[in-house]
Amino acid sequence: MPDAKKILFDPILENNPIALQVLGVCSALAVTTSLQVTLVMCAALTTVTAFSNLFISLIRHHMPGNIRIIIQMTIIASLVIIVDQFLQAFAFQISKSLSVFVGLIITNCIVMGRAEAFAIKHGPGASFLDGVGNGVGYSLVLITVGSLRELLGSGTLLGFSILPLRGDGGWFQANGLMLLSPSAFFIIGFFIWALRSRKKDQVEQKEYRLAPHTIKGDAF
Amino acid sequence: MDELLNIIIRSVFIENMALQLFLGMCTFLAVSKKIETALGLGIAVIVVQSITVPVNNLIFNFLLREGALSWAGLPGISLQFLGYLCYIGVIAAMVQILEMFLDKHVPALYNSLGVFLPLITVNCAILGGTLLMVERDYTFAESIAFGFGSGLGWAIAIVALAGIREKLKYSDVPEGLRGLGITFITVGLMSLGFMAFNGISL
Repeated sequence: MPDAKKILFDPILENNPIALQVLGVCSALAVTTSLQVTLVMCAALTTVTAFSNLFISLIRHHMPGNIRIIIQMTIIASLVIIVDQFLQAFAFQISKSLSVFVGLIITNCIVMGRAEAFAIKHGPGASFLDGVGNGVGYSLVLITVGSLRELLGSGTLLGFSILPLRGDGGWFQANGLMLLSPSAFFIIGFFIWALRSRKKDQVEQKEYRLAPHTIKGDAF
Repeated sequence: MDELLNIIIRSVFIENMALQLFLGMCTFLAVSKKIETALGLGIAVIVVQSITVPVNNLIFNFLLREGALSWAGLPGISLQFLGYLCYIGVIAAMVQILEMFLDKHVPALYNSLGVFLPLITVNCAILGGTLLMVERDYTFAESIAFGFGSGLGWAIAIVALAGIREKLKYSDVPEGLRGLGITFITVGLMSLGFMAFNGISL
């Protein structure tokens, strides 16, 4: 079994699913208007990724290669149904505000991507840790975006007032843009910028280089 | 008829799948470097979306929803918890059938769509379309309009992004933002532009 600590912590900053692998971006943008909803979504996704990795890894030697995608889909969809029913029973209000995004965990590329890239080749223990690690890496980005948007957009965190609003006699003018969709793109863009200025090896190659100046004085 | 036209316009511009609802983002960001590939993927999404949403609508209305099984003598049974499994199964099967059909009868289109067809199964815009249809309780006719409109909106958005990115690669982007980072910010600006359509009153 490969080094457990490395498997668990690598996806958090070194190989972050959202910032580097470009997986599971949809929900990262859509469910981050308030921190509470974000936290529930993170917990749901981490659970599904960890257990789908575990179960797929357990049956990896018995799956015929050409129908493995359908088997994986079935396992993932069943896990999502369990999570969805659980949320509807114990946190109905949050489940309503997550609307279709719990169901969309099925097609969240992190779950499928980790199953294909990791669980199919490694033992159940390592796969479970990999699922948890990727879930936490995803949560890190989501929680950052979620707290920024809620704090600047409505001056609260988890519903508690942090920056007193103008309307309630405070000093903070809420930034409505933060609650609208474009801000999520900007924040993730800047998050990637910050991450990559610390970790230079993640910077992408230039696709196109300007040719050097060829006209020199002596050409005339 | 006006009603259906409204649904189409609403789902293309106001509630654009990619730019306002953030669905299908993974492929949206990954496959938008060239206009031709973006166009191929866009067409594939339109076709699959306008087939799967109505089919899932039928399944939801005649098999899954509460009391839907009364024609089989089983009133009061709700199979809604099986929804996700059914929808994703239908999508996977539809994509497979479409692939085989195109391969046999329209090989030109099949070759140009290539690898994108199977990829569509895991595109969350497709499953998202179905789930939104269920949540909003569309009728069959409305679901056809919604499926077509949302697919078209997604296709327009990805082709536009590909156009911008083809120009963008000549510009001097700061190191850390290169590639993915600047793409996110571009999409943010596009999304800001699409918010202007919110003013349309239907």
